[in-house]
Amino acid sequence: MNAQGIDAASRPVLDRRFRMQWEAAQNAHVLLYPEGMVKLNGSAGEILKRCDGTATIAEITADLERTFAASDLSADVLQFVSMAVAKNWLALRP
Amino acid sequence: MNAATSRPGPPLWLLLELTYRCPLQCAFCYNPTDFARIDTELDTGEWIRVLREARALGAVQLGFSGGEPLSRDDLEVLVGEAHALGFYTNLITSGVGLNEARIAALKAAGLDHIQLSFQDSSKQMNDFLSSTRTFDLKSKVAALIKKYEFPMVLNVVLHRLNIDHIDEILSMAERLGAEYVELANTQFYGWAWQNRAQLLPSRAQVELAEERTRRFRETVGQRMRIYFVVPDYFERRPKACMNGLGSIFLTIAPDGTALPCHAARMLPGLDLPNVRAASIEHIWFDSPGFNRFRGEAWMKEPCRSCPERVRDFGGCRCQAYLLTGDATNADPVCELSAHHGLVTDAVARAERPGAAESPLLFRNPGNSSRLFPTPGR
Repeated sequence: MNAQGIDAASRPVLDRRFRMQWEAAQNAHVLLYPEGMVKLNGSAGEILKRCDGTATIAEITADLERTFAASDLSADVLQFVSMAVAKNWLALRP
Repeated sequence: MNAATSRPGPPLWLLLELTYRCPLQCAFCYNPTDFARIDTELDTGEWIRVLREARALGAVQLGFSGGEPLSRDDLEVLVGEAHALGFYTNLITSGVGLNEARIAALKAAGLDHIQLSFQDSSKQMNDFLSSTRTFDLKSKVAALIKKYEFPMVLNVVLHRLNIDHIDEILSMAERLGAEYVELANTQFYGWAWQNRAQLLPSRAQVELAEERTRRFRETVGQRMRIYFVVPDYFERRPKACMNGLGSIFLTIAPDGTALPCHAARMLPGLDLPNVRAASIEHIWFDSPGFNRFRGEAWMKEPCRSCPERVRDFGGCRCQAYLLTGDATNADPVCELSAHHGLVTDAVARAERPGAAESPLLFRNPGNSSRLFPTPGR
């Protein structure tokens, strides 16, 4: 568990103040919030769209590794989720 | 790459000024002072066409504004259409006209967020500044916004007459449960320009307000985000207004006039298209009005050779026009402008006792008609 109380068993979910959607005109996922928008890079979009409040970080990581035929993503995913929690993009389901 | 020859990106931010009708009469309103002579409004079908065409180009953030957008009884229909198209929908409102039936209908239609304006923290001052009795009503609306679980942005326009109440304003926002607070210092366009001497604060007022905001932010932490928009008259460099005209923002005025910024209607000689005569695609990419201030070819010195032109785009065209009479000049807020003295003189006048003694000119149709008499009436 890191300093924010986040570990592989945490279940992140998009904070209710944000909405994520695919924008073809920007060729990117975006996070929308009151009068603002964050354009997400490819990996951020792939992680965030799996944060449904049900899947654990371990399950999200496993799914990403399967989908993209990658390995050892757990540190990257944990780091991104921690950043997203700090920015209030994600909340943690108990 | 030269921005003048490259194709601009999409109009990501669409602002629909549905109507100039408004139950408030705020003296700092940015609406055009001649609004009373603009008496046509697009109908529901025309607004829906605007929504569809703009969304197809990639517009995604959508503001419903005015005037008071709740003055339109088809607001719920327009929100529903916008939501179905995939816009993130923001309602920018005084709260007047927002009863429980309407807020429930707006929630059902898919409205994402409500920005509620207050004029001050006290009933007496709020009601004086808006020239209406609306404080109690706004407080009730704030409770409805929470009840229906909308994220709430509280917007308070700051100026000489209310900026000293900043602690009370922030406490009120916290009490009402706002997630975001915008403390927007008055920008001097439209009605605010008419009332500049009465509304421009002193430097000491601004610095004290910034300090109090900083302290409040420390105590409130993550619960409430506070944005303090610094009044540009007190800066040395201009704001990157609209991120450059024609780069991100598209405003449609009540009569269908398309604007690269909500104040641009005042710029003389700017050939502004109307959605009744042209598609959004043509307006955004090909119309002379939207290309006029793209790129750098229009710039004069000191902007033309300035390394900061890529960051601030020479500041605000409307401010350059209002202060110097020429929209292609540098924004006089910039201390490199030969006209910077016009700004520092105004600030110096605001330091004098009795600077703001003349009465406010409130935004209403009567005052608008008096400023711009119709010939033959």
